[in-house]
Amino acid sequence: MSPPEDAAAVRRPKAREALETVVIRFAGDSGDGMQLAGTHFTIETAFAGNDLSTLPDFPAEIRAPAGTLAGVSGFQLNFSSQEVFTPGDVCDVLVAMNPAALQVNVDDLKPNGMLIVDRETFSDANLKKAEYRENPLHDGTLARFQVFEVDITKLTVNALVESGLSNKTVLRCKNFFALGLTSWLFHRPIEPTLEWIAQKFAKTPALADANARVLKAGYNFGDTTELFHTSYEVLPARIAPGTYRNITGNTATALGFVAAAQRAGRPLFLGSYPITPASDILHELSTYKEFGVFTFQAEDEIAAIGAALGAAFGGAIAITTTSGPGMNLKAETMGLAVMVELPLVVTDIQRGGPSTGLPTKTEQADLLMAMYGRHGECPLPILAAATPADCFATAFEAVRIAVRYMTPVVLLSDGYIANGAEPWRVPRAADLPAIPVVFRDDPAGYQPYMRDPASLARPWVIPGTPGLEHRIGGLEREDVTGNVSYAPVNHEHMIRVRQRKIAGIAGEIPPTTVTGPPEGELLILGWGSTYGAIAGAVQELTSGGASVAHAHLRYLNPLPPDLASVLGRYRKVLVPEMNLGQLVRLIRAEYLVDAHGLNKIQGRPFKQSEIVTRARAILAERP
Amino acid sequence: MSTAPTTTATKLTRKDFESDQDVRWCPGCGDYAILAQVQRVLPDLGIPRERFVFLSGIGCSSRFPYYVNTYGFHTIHGRAPTIATGLKATRPELSVWVVTGDGDALSIGGNHLIHVLRRNVDLTILMFNNRIYGLTKGQYSPTSEVGKVTKSTPGGSVDHPFHPIALALGADATFVARSLDVEAKHLQEILRRAHAHRGSSFVEILQNCNIFNDGAFENLTDKERKAEHQLVLEHGKPLVFGAKRDKGIRLGSGMRPEVVTVGNGVSEADLIVHDEQDPTLAYFLSRMQPPEFPTPIGVFHAAVRPTYDAALNAQLAAAAAKPADLDQLFTRGDTWTVE
Repeated sequence: MSPPEDAAAVRRPKAREALETVVIRFAGDSGDGMQLAGTHFTIETAFAGNDLSTLPDFPAEIRAPAGTLAGVSGFQLNFSSQEVFTPGDVCDVLVAMNPAALQVNVDDLKPNGMLIVDRETFSDANLKKAEYRENPLHDGTLARFQVFEVDITKLTVNALVESGLSNKTVLRCKNFFALGLTSWLFHRPIEPTLEWIAQKFAKTPALADANARVLKAGYNFGDTTELFHTSYEVLPARIAPGTYRNITGNTATALGFVAAAQRAGRPLFLGSYPITPASDILHELSTYKEFGVFTFQAEDEIAAIGAALGAAFGGAIAITTTSGPGMNLKAETMGLAVMVELPLVVTDIQRGGPSTGLPTKTEQADLLMAMYGRHGECPLPILAAATPADCFATAFEAVRIAVRYMTPVVLLSDGYIANGAEPWRVPRAADLPAIPVVFRDDPAGYQPYMRDPASLARPWVIPGTPGLEHRIGGLEREDVTGNVSYAPVNHEHMIRVRQRKIAGIAGEIPPTTVTGPPEGELLILGWGSTYGAIAGAVQELTSGGASVAHAHLRYLNPLPPDLASVLGRYRKVLVPEMNLGQLVRLIRAEYLVDAHGLNKIQGRPFKQSEIVTRARAILAERP
Repeated sequence: MSTAPTTTATKLTRKDFESDQDVRWCPGCGDYAILAQVQRVLPDLGIPRERFVFLSGIGCSSRFPYYVNTYGFHTIHGRAPTIATGLKATRPELSVWVVTGDGDALSIGGNHLIHVLRRNVDLTILMFNNRIYGLTKGQYSPTSEVGKVTKSTPGGSVDHPFHPIALALGADATFVARSLDVEAKHLQEILRRAHAHRGSSFVEILQNCNIFNDGAFENLTDKERKAEHQLVLEHGKPLVFGAKRDKGIRLGSGMRPEVVTVGNGVSEADLIVHDEQDPTLAYFLSRMQPPEFPTPIGVFHAAVRPTYDAALNAQLAAAAAKPADLDQLFTRGDTWTVE
């Protein structure tokens, strides 16, 4: 794309260098608009045709004291002309809007990486808040990087000197200067951002003008200043043909639910209580009312799932969304849903725990809670999404299973893929499979707990159906009739039937996809958001000739029926997880396989290199 | 949807609302009388049987749905209002009833009760208040009086009790009433009013637990004594009670009610006239308790306010004017095409 008109000023030619992959991180105070800058850099990058993956990283405090380490907010983007699996282990470029942002992020910058700082913010007061004794711009500690000291604040103020806007408003445009500058540096088209500014600030033309002006100022600064001698090009990636949009996991989850309800021909009901990092699903779904989407912001987590179960009783596609602490509170109602055998999807966007833990950081430590975190023998299917875009298909599948088997289903995502984004190849609605919903309305021979012989599901009969009035509840039911029964043998029978129903779902699970050699030394088995890091690691290892393969589980309960044979084809099995070893425990128990865990519980996703290093160590062990 | 005949085709009777399950409350329990009045009232409401849904939580009262031959859901302790909310929100054509007790509604389910009332979900909530935990065999409840000696309070309860009517009014409930298990006619009339009301109807039904708290409301139910202890509320009529109808409630000094005897210079015109639309009067009545005052029964408050389910469905209906095109939804925002 061509640079904006203003940039067509006289300039000396600069060098252009081609790169395959770039990892850039924007970091600043949580009020500096770094998420916005990162998001728009991402959109520009998508327009440039690169494959990409993003990782926003923000503090739990909405506005920590300005300039402090606790208030640093970051947004990382990995873009490439090749396939991208993760937001990147280390950065090629770091934009640090103040000393605190530098302090928090500098260790993730590669040697010889580009460091762009706002020079004026390195005042004594800010240095002190960032716990620097000396100004790092002067003491030689940054010598291993290419440091670009840019007067971002001053240049922003200069660009708006005649705008008449308040000083505070002017300074809030700084992020667009940084965005403009980096857009120039990597040949990103700024038109999508200019369009967004025009729409966003349509009612306040002064702000629209100011932001656009600063964005262009940043772009032109890169083009004209002597500071930058080279700009970098990342060619478009080879990507499957289709229409794409950039999507976060939470948006994809919301769309997956809407699509499933539409394909089931039923209204969608979401009961939810605000909780980080799941709230965006509630926000999204509340804007889709034209699709028959009911959203109920409940008084608490228990009411949220209760209302969803009530809607399921009435015949809606019912879902509830939460994170770990909320899932604890929902456990009793999940048990009731298992007992009354109604379809319901419980979505847990996992975060660091226990207790309030790390609310804005990621973790995968709720798997065993999903498996076992209820009293009694209380089995239910568990699915996990692997990437932001995969949340769509996984949410859709969760609804399908819930309806087909008349059961609550747990859908696991986590803060990393919920907030992270990647390009999503948009499906055609007509290509999505229908989800058949049959409400029984024939009274002849009806019994509330009679079962479909194939799925073992009981019939879905909704209130309002004449002649089929019946009562359900949490007390143990007699087989077939559904009458309350305390009979000892019946209880064991019903426990086993409920278990068998869930186990039977395995018959529908597609064959496990294995990337890499079909048999060999090491299988890396993952679930959920570790997908990208493992896929990247396996690609790196196999391209070096190592005998390493990757299998990734969407279905965690029941496990795929072919998993035993897949596991048996490798000498060793490694299970990387962001917990103390939960899937590995299930795998060892289920298959008596001596699987190894690789565990990281730091609120951050795995780096590709961490998995490569561990895999190499295992490969180097003597048989 | 179905070729089966709806039950509107024939006139329904009490029998149509009796399920095939044996009723298993203790012999002599007040719940039998309440069940009988509900089963008497339901056929007259002009609603096909299949459109009634009874939901309950946990406790003696919460076995109720098993005995009514409609759709029913025996749920979780305290949570019935939440399940009822989701059902009514998505199926507003159903007549949804919640049966609960003093422990279920006010203790473990207190949060849900106040929120369902403030939202004004169109439900009929029957709270059986026996001022004791029956199903767990006799612990004090959130409506037990201070000093109550029970299995868990051998030295007497030190908990201050809730006034259920005052609590419901505090949550801005739009219909608040009280009746008694054994006052068949009165209870039937209150049930009809509660059902007819659009919004959350909260009915406290004083109910005798003859095993663990027998005689808790004896003054109100004993034929000889009840006229002196019941104050029957009637909209637009003065607050009069007593076997000879010679006692009344007057507004004394400092906004305090007082019991007066009509005659000797006090006439009926001096008494407070009941007004169901006045929330302040309703609260004032809710605080009247024995032994200083008679116990009011009847409709304390009835107000008109939009229901949650109607408002929510109105939003969806308004949005339905927009096309619901999934392909458009999928491509909202910035998209790009790879050839």
